[in-house]
Amino acid sequence: MKPTDISAPDYFHKVVDCQWACPAHTPVPEYIRLIAEGRYSDAYMINWKSNVFPGILGRTCDRPCEPACRRGRVEDSPVAICRLKRVAADFKDDVKQRMPRPVPKNGKRIALVGGGPASLTVARDLAPLGYQCTVFDADPQPGGMMRSQIPKFRLPDSVVDEETDYILKLGVEFKGGHRIDSLKELLADKYDAVFIGSGAPRGRELDVPGRKEAAANVHIGIEWLASVSFGHTDKIGKRVIVLGGGNTAMDCCRTARRLGGTDVKVIVRSGFEEMKASPWEKDDAMHEDIPILNYLVPVAFNHDNGKLTGVTFQKVRAEYDAKGRRNLVPSGEPDQTFACDDVLVAVGQENAFPWIEPDCGIEFDKWHMPVVDPKTFASTNPKVFFGGDAAFGPKNIIWAVAHGHDAALSIHRMLSGEDIAERPLPEVHVTSQKMGIHEWSYDNDISPDQRYKVPHRDKVVALKDIRAEVELGYDVKLALGEAHRCLNCDVQTVFSNTLCIECDACVDICPMDCITFTQNGEEADIRQRLKAPSPHPDQSLYVSSDLKTGRVMVKDEDVCLHCGLCAERCPTGAWDMQKYFIEMTHAGNACPSKRRSAA
Amino acid sequence: MTYIAKPKFHHPGIKTNALGFTHRDYEGKISTLCAGCGHDSITASIIEACFELSIEPHRVAKISGIGCSSKTPDYFLGNSHGFNSVHGRMPSVLTGANLANRELIYLGVSGDGDSASIGFGQFAHAIRRGVNMTYVVENNGVYGLTKGQFSATADRGSKSKKGITNTDNAIDLVGIALQLGATYVARSFSGDKKQLVPIIAGAIQHKGAAFIDVVSPCIAFNNHAGSTKSYDYVREHNDAVNRLDVFTGRDPITVDYAPGTVQIVEQHDGSRLALRKIDADYDPHDRLGAMTFLQKHAAQGQIVTGLLYVDPDSEDLHSHLNTVEQPLNRLEAADLCPGSTALDKINASLR
Repeated sequence: MKPTDISAPDYFHKVVDCQWACPAHTPVPEYIRLIAEGRYSDAYMINWKSNVFPGILGRTCDRPCEPACRRGRVEDSPVAICRLKRVAADFKDDVKQRMPRPVPKNGKRIALVGGGPASLTVARDLAPLGYQCTVFDADPQPGGMMRSQIPKFRLPDSVVDEETDYILKLGVEFKGGHRIDSLKELLADKYDAVFIGSGAPRGRELDVPGRKEAAANVHIGIEWLASVSFGHTDKIGKRVIVLGGGNTAMDCCRTARRLGGTDVKVIVRSGFEEMKASPWEKDDAMHEDIPILNYLVPVAFNHDNGKLTGVTFQKVRAEYDAKGRRNLVPSGEPDQTFACDDVLVAVGQENAFPWIEPDCGIEFDKWHMPVVDPKTFASTNPKVFFGGDAAFGPKNIIWAVAHGHDAALSIHRMLSGEDIAERPLPEVHVTSQKMGIHEWSYDNDISPDQRYKVPHRDKVVALKDIRAEVELGYDVKLALGEAHRCLNCDVQTVFSNTLCIECDACVDICPMDCITFTQNGEEADIRQRLKAPSPHPDQSLYVSSDLKTGRVMVKDEDVCLHCGLCAERCPTGAWDMQKYFIEMTHAGNACPSKRRSAA
Repeated sequence: MTYIAKPKFHHPGIKTNALGFTHRDYEGKISTLCAGCGHDSITASIIEACFELSIEPHRVAKISGIGCSSKTPDYFLGNSHGFNSVHGRMPSVLTGANLANRELIYLGVSGDGDSASIGFGQFAHAIRRGVNMTYVVENNGVYGLTKGQFSATADRGSKSKKGITNTDNAIDLVGIALQLGATYVARSFSGDKKQLVPIIAGAIQHKGAAFIDVVSPCIAFNNHAGSTKSYDYVREHNDAVNRLDVFTGRDPITVDYAPGTVQIVEQHDGSRLALRKIDADYDPHDRLGAMTFLQKHAAQGQIVTGLLYVDPDSEDLHSHLNTVEQPLNRLEAADLCPGSTALDKINASLR
């Protein structure tokens, strides 16, 4: 194997599994350390910079960081990263003074379609640079799906108000209640760039017999949730069936419980394990006495005189073909019918762009999705950019934020006369954490400790009030305990082969048997010769160049605790613990290209 | 020393031995020796050997004297018996313990000061008597705890850290052990665990006096140019005569060896040692030959390592003295007091 190039920004970034997994690359260990120090406002601002909505995401994020967390590979469960983010938001001081100040306008106008996380991120990045950003949304208030589709008992309005307000206060114009019906008209307004972050606003239909006849009691999940959010709907029948296994289905069933549903059940086609909903959302639903029934495919809505009476399901089982693909085949058992008063259909969302005219220069693919460059987020019309669910179909808030950052960078580069395909490298800082012979500027004393539970509101109280937030968030003490579970994966083990005398001290002390001194070879071969098995080939091997004895040092990054004992026991300082901090390239903070011309 | 305790986490895919223990279960407290000390590697090798042999920790007694090396029993086998004795007196304490309870595995841990200076006589007599033990000398050639004066094993002509040349002749503990009748004699290097771990495992399984001299660089006072016990010097001058693989009774020998290159030595407990020859002329059953070989190579500045001598038909002190099989603490009154008839008989025989 070739010696590892640790100067490549991605190498150490990948070791910080949580940050690497986060679409917006939030510096997780950095803000968790700040929380442990009680510096909540600082922790909040680090989040705010990368993911724009710490309070919202700290309650609702899909948490791609947590399955990636190294703690989950050395102990039962990962660090509660998401809920720690909420801690930063809950306990921060007034941060208004830390926000960027409105600056004089530079004369460039940007139209942003949709007031959700993608558009607001673009506005957040561009407004402080002087761009005049105008956000259009059909709803009267900003926030998009964060406000309309996420129930208030998970995400109170006050949090959405606060965090959208930070952005609008940057000098962003918000035109609420203003639906864009024609892209052509918008383009005719001579905006310098248009960003489309209109989401995936259409709930998928379930076209089975009886759908039309029973229409009065069959509701589309996201539309129904929005209607509840805005106070148009405030009750539902006692017996409710929710069809679908995603997070929207979980929101639907829990909302139904609060609007009078006493017998609410979720029924899914797939197996329980394969459901799209996050495991914790399934847990929360089941905790509210909502059973989840699986392997049942709806075949008919039963009705009597235009009134829904129940739903009939075919029983299926999963079969896997040679390629490992799953097929649901009828199990042959008799169909099953569940009586109910209302059905909520939450079987997916679709994009819809009826307002984009064919002659706007925007190409669509065979799935009726706009052709969007996955790096620059530019469409085939060079002035029009897409992001969030509107770009590549339904994902989640944190992806929308990541798209927004990249699209904002493209818009900024385009309007500065630079090539948008060229993406400036991120800024990386690597700093030794050594304070003394055995002292480090981070807490390296790692001990087993199980994940702390987030306190919940009493179920009886929670189910009575649809606006009462169920999760109460960590208190300071619990937050400190949970923060201490973080392994500080951003404090990297940095090896210097010229200093190493091959005394084996690091090999002997390493609690996880990560380090091996061995002959070089092919990666697959080296993985067989490591001191401990290497079950995750996706985790990097850190390989040194040749040492005096002709061997190389190989470190499997997989389960390194970043405890720094290798560096403490190294007599020559060949190992050092160095903090890696990466500033992702956002509009404004990137070095301008050398070819930059006056635009 | 390190301020924090070694984290209790271990690799999720860590190996377990026949007893279900991991190598972490054979660890002791975290080392307080200087970072990079060769002794820590010997500690790790003892841990590895005991893990590989699936030794029950409560069946081991680790006994040491005074010095850096004699501190190390605190860093391995945290669940075993231990006795940190007076300077140079480890061999007597070990001999006494062994006589009282022959069922334990005795691990004597000592250093060059402890065994070649203040305890030289003790060392000689324990070896001479053939006490069943594994006697490990962690040999760094200096007094590390008192700032690096030459010890009795420092080679003549080697230089101290301050540049002073040693004018005294060195004691070769391996040569003495051979001369005094040790039945398992080896030398190894702390920086070569592949060689050291099986040598320790073989010694633990050996019945009789097993002596291992481990060259172990003192990182603070004896790892400079001019030292003959530095990492670099030992690596350059290491002349390994053989490589050892240890097989416990149950394990079949599965390693492939080229014909004629391996010698199988069966020990009394059924364990087998497979010696891969590196030096074709070296015979590990020839005590006299071994002594000559060592002297010759030492004169050339070579450090001969490997299993240098082994007597497969070895005996120990208990068989010489025909002592009682049972540990003394399990002897009942009836065993200890055979009654007046037996006493009369003995008295009569002495009249």
